[in-house]
Amino acid sequence: MSSASQVRNPAAATTTGPQKEGPVRRRRRGVRTLSTRDRVVVALLLGIPLLLDLAFVWFPAIGTLLLSFTKWNGVGSLHPTTTCKPNLPSILNNGCVYGIQNYHQAVTISPEFWPAVRHNLIWLAVFVLIATPLGMLFAVVIDRGIKGSRMYQSILFLPVMLSLALIGIIWEFVYSQDYGLINTVIGRNHNGNSIDWLGNPHLNLWAVLLEATWRQAGYVMVLYLAGLKAVDPTLREAALVDGANAWQTFWRVIFPVMRPINIVIMVVTVIESLRAFDLVYITNKGINGLELLSVLVTSNIVGETQRVGFGSALGVVLLLISLVPISIFLYQTFRREESQ
Amino acid sequence: MSAETLPRLQAATPAGGGPGRRRRPLGQAASQLFLIVSCVLWVLPILFALYVAVRPYSETRKYGYVSMPHSFTFKNFSDAWSQSDMLHFFWNSVLITVPSVIIVLALASGVAFVLTRVNVKINIALLIVFTAGNLLPQQVIITPLFRIYLKIPLPHFLAGSGLMYNSIFGLVVINVAFQLGFCVFVLSNYMKSIPGEMYEAALVDGAGLWTRFWRLTVPLCRPALAALATLLTTWIYNDFFWAITLMSSGDKRPVTSALANLQGQFVSNQNMIAAAAMIAAIPTLVVYVLLQKQFIAGLSLGSSKG
Repeated sequence: MSSASQVRNPAAATTTGPQKEGPVRRRRRGVRTLSTRDRVVVALLLGIPLLLDLAFVWFPAIGTLLLSFTKWNGVGSLHPTTTCKPNLPSILNNGCVYGIQNYHQAVTISPEFWPAVRHNLIWLAVFVLIATPLGMLFAVVIDRGIKGSRMYQSILFLPVMLSLALIGIIWEFVYSQDYGLINTVIGRNHNGNSIDWLGNPHLNLWAVLLEATWRQAGYVMVLYLAGLKAVDPTLREAALVDGANAWQTFWRVIFPVMRPINIVIMVVTVIESLRAFDLVYITNKGINGLELLSVLVTSNIVGETQRVGFGSALGVVLLLISLVPISIFLYQTFRREESQ
Repeated sequence: MSAETLPRLQAATPAGGGPGRRRRPLGQAASQLFLIVSCVLWVLPILFALYVAVRPYSETRKYGYVSMPHSFTFKNFSDAWSQSDMLHFFWNSVLITVPSVIIVLALASGVAFVLTRVNVKINIALLIVFTAGNLLPQQVIITPLFRIYLKIPLPHFLAGSGLMYNSIFGLVVINVAFQLGFCVFVLSNYMKSIPGEMYEAALVDGAGLWTRFWRLTVPLCRPALAALATLLTTWIYNDFFWAITLMSSGDKRPVTSALANLQGQFVSNQNMIAAAAMIAAIPTLVVYVLLQKQFIAGLSLGSSKG
């Protein structure tokens, strides 16, 4: 509090400070106290965006759930009252209610489902175990305020600005089989002994995950830096006076007060690994070792054969997984609001 | 690692640097080294692609990408630009990004204002609806959305296809709907920090709700709006998923997704693909150079309250 900020107009001084008695000042005004014109304004300001959000986000989200119990190739109409007959050819069994058959097929006979789940889990594991800690480490080191930290931050942040499709293209030159950076450097660029980083189904997931990590670490770093900057500096001083070293200060003092940002980063990490799509799609359309749930959902609607019901069932799987971090985030964020 | 084995700190006053931070030369050197190595690794892929782009195809064909340059050329850039109609795809990106950003910010400001300043009984519930909508993976809603887009007819002055599907208008709509949640969340947090006295004063002056929104709240939110505009421009310009699912591979696609087609088109000349990728990156790099602060501010606003 500088002395300059003391010199304000005296009228303002009466309205500042905590109000112990009387009604709460900052209560929102109810709709009933508004004039007709104001009510129209409220209806418009809230109504149009809400309609848009419900129509194009929530209605499809519920639609995914409903469609997942049907069998439909997108041609002809849906018959929500007819049940599919198992012994008819599928051309006559269209738009009918299929029960949980789509889910059953996914977990039993679909050849790509379990590989996709496994790849999504590996993706999540790499983000949790490598990308996020690396981003946090960048943030902590940069936050110590060493020389040139601004420049380092800018460079590490650069990949976050690029679109994932572009990142996929840029890295193809690094991984290229005959001329690529890696193979040339390790001397494996001759015919016969070159490593096919993006074509070999045992390698390509890891190659793409390196690209994903390269971007995600910078993203986590920026989020974490924002959290670190908000930490009260007196906490550090107190820890220092108590004789804590840097390691203890971080893990026992700073990290616990970063809880809100940690939750945000957890949400970002899980959602980003569920959404992962662009990189594998630009690399090889998400086949041959790069199957992900997101790709399977997409290939069932834009592919040759449209299996709307089956694609929706996979969408529901994604929805259920994503609801876990989303609920945690919403609970954490709006809990305090409710009590106000 | 226990505290006993470590030398206790003698002085309670830190020597230089920020408050409560110790400076140890060894730690400094290690940090510098770690960051320098990381930064080199981080720029390497981008610089490498740029290096491929500025060299003639014949040369890299002969010596590989990792070789001393014999000559530099900008021919790949000019060829990529002219042979692939990139200007056209850039224009599509502009037609999608600019209206989307403006509409999202306008709508989100209105919602955030109502949810923070007017008691409509279900403020929190509505805020949750908007916020959660933005957190869903896009693939959760794509299947029904795709069907909806094929069903909704549009007048021909809005879309040549006559449908939401494969139209610029349709892409604007989904970008707006999907990004609304994030902006409502950020802006409502921001508006909560505006002191109530200002609204009291406006009320005393007889300002209606619209005036309190348009004349008072929106101008005060300018920093948040600028930060969000930067963030949204980058995100929507970089969008790949909506563009390839809600548009058939056609001439209406924005530049980011058009690159996927270019890969097939230039398959015989990788250097041109590198050049095209670099050209497509220019707008975001401009944002990065000029508005990096805003971009980061937008991310920070979204991740920390207030």
